[in-house]
Amino acid sequence: MTVTVLLFASYADALGTSSMELEVPPGSTVRDVLSALAALPGGDRLPPRPLVAIDEEYANVATELRGGEEVAVIPPVAGG
Amino acid sequence: MRASLVDRPIDIASLLSETSDESCGASTVFLGTVRDVNDGRAVTGIEYSAYRTMAEREMSAIAREASERFGVTRLIVEHRLGTLRLGEISVAVVAAHAHRAPALDANRYVIEELKRRVPIWKLEHYRDGTREWVGAGSGKRERGIETPREEGEASLAQGSVTPGS
Repeated sequence: MTVTVLLFASYADALGTSSMELEVPPGSTVRDVLSALAALPGGDRLPPRPLVAIDEEYANVATELRGGEEVAVIPPVAGG
Repeated sequence: MRASLVDRPIDIASLLSETSDESCGASTVFLGTVRDVNDGRAVTGIEYSAYRTMAEREMSAIAREASERFGVTRLIVEHRLGTLRLGEISVAVVAAHAHRAPALDANRYVIEELKRRVPIWKLEHYRDGTREWVGAGSGKRERGIETPREEGEASLAQGSVTPGS
C-alpha cells in the first residue's frame, strides 16, 4: 500500500524533498514509515521519535495505516 | 471567530473593527513581532512557513477551545507567512468581550496554544548571512511539544510552553 509522506522545514531539508509517495507493506504503522524514512539518504538527520500527524491530526507512532493516508512528519513547531 | 494564515501584512485596525462593537467593554490585542536578536545572534529577518491546511485547522480548534473556556466569541487569530523584516507583525490575536478578564484570558490561551502546537516554522536569517530553522537543533526550544506516548491516548502530551517572542 502507498502513503503520502509530507516533510517540512529542517526535515524537508534533510531528505531533500517536501513530499513523497512511500510504498509500505500492508499493516504498517507510523513507526514503520519512520523507519523507512530513516533508511533514505539524509534520513539519519531525522530524530528517532519525531512528531507525526495523520491526515492533519497529531497521531501516535503505533497507529496502523490503511493506505492512502497523508503522513506528515512535523519538526518542532515555532510559530508566533 | 476566525483563524487565518495570511501572506500580507497584518492590519490591526481592521482586526479590531472586525471583532469589537458597542457590546464590548474590552478588546485585547497580542502581537508577535520579529525581534533583532535570538540566542545571542543578530537576526535580520524571519521566513515563516507552515503545514497550511493543518495549521489553519489547529488554529481554528484553538479558537473554539478559547471560546468554550472563556465565553469569548469575538476572537480572531491571524498568522503571517513568508519573509518578514525586523519589527513586522508575525501573529495577531484579538479578543473582545463585555469584560476584560475573559478577553485577556482568551487571548493568552490562544497565543500559548498556538506556539505549542500549530505547525508553523521559522527560518531565521542572521546578519552573518547564515540561516537556521528555529528549534531544529537539540536546544531548549524543542521541548514545546511531544510525540504522544505509545501506550497512552493519541493526544498531545502536555509540553511546557516555550518562552520567547
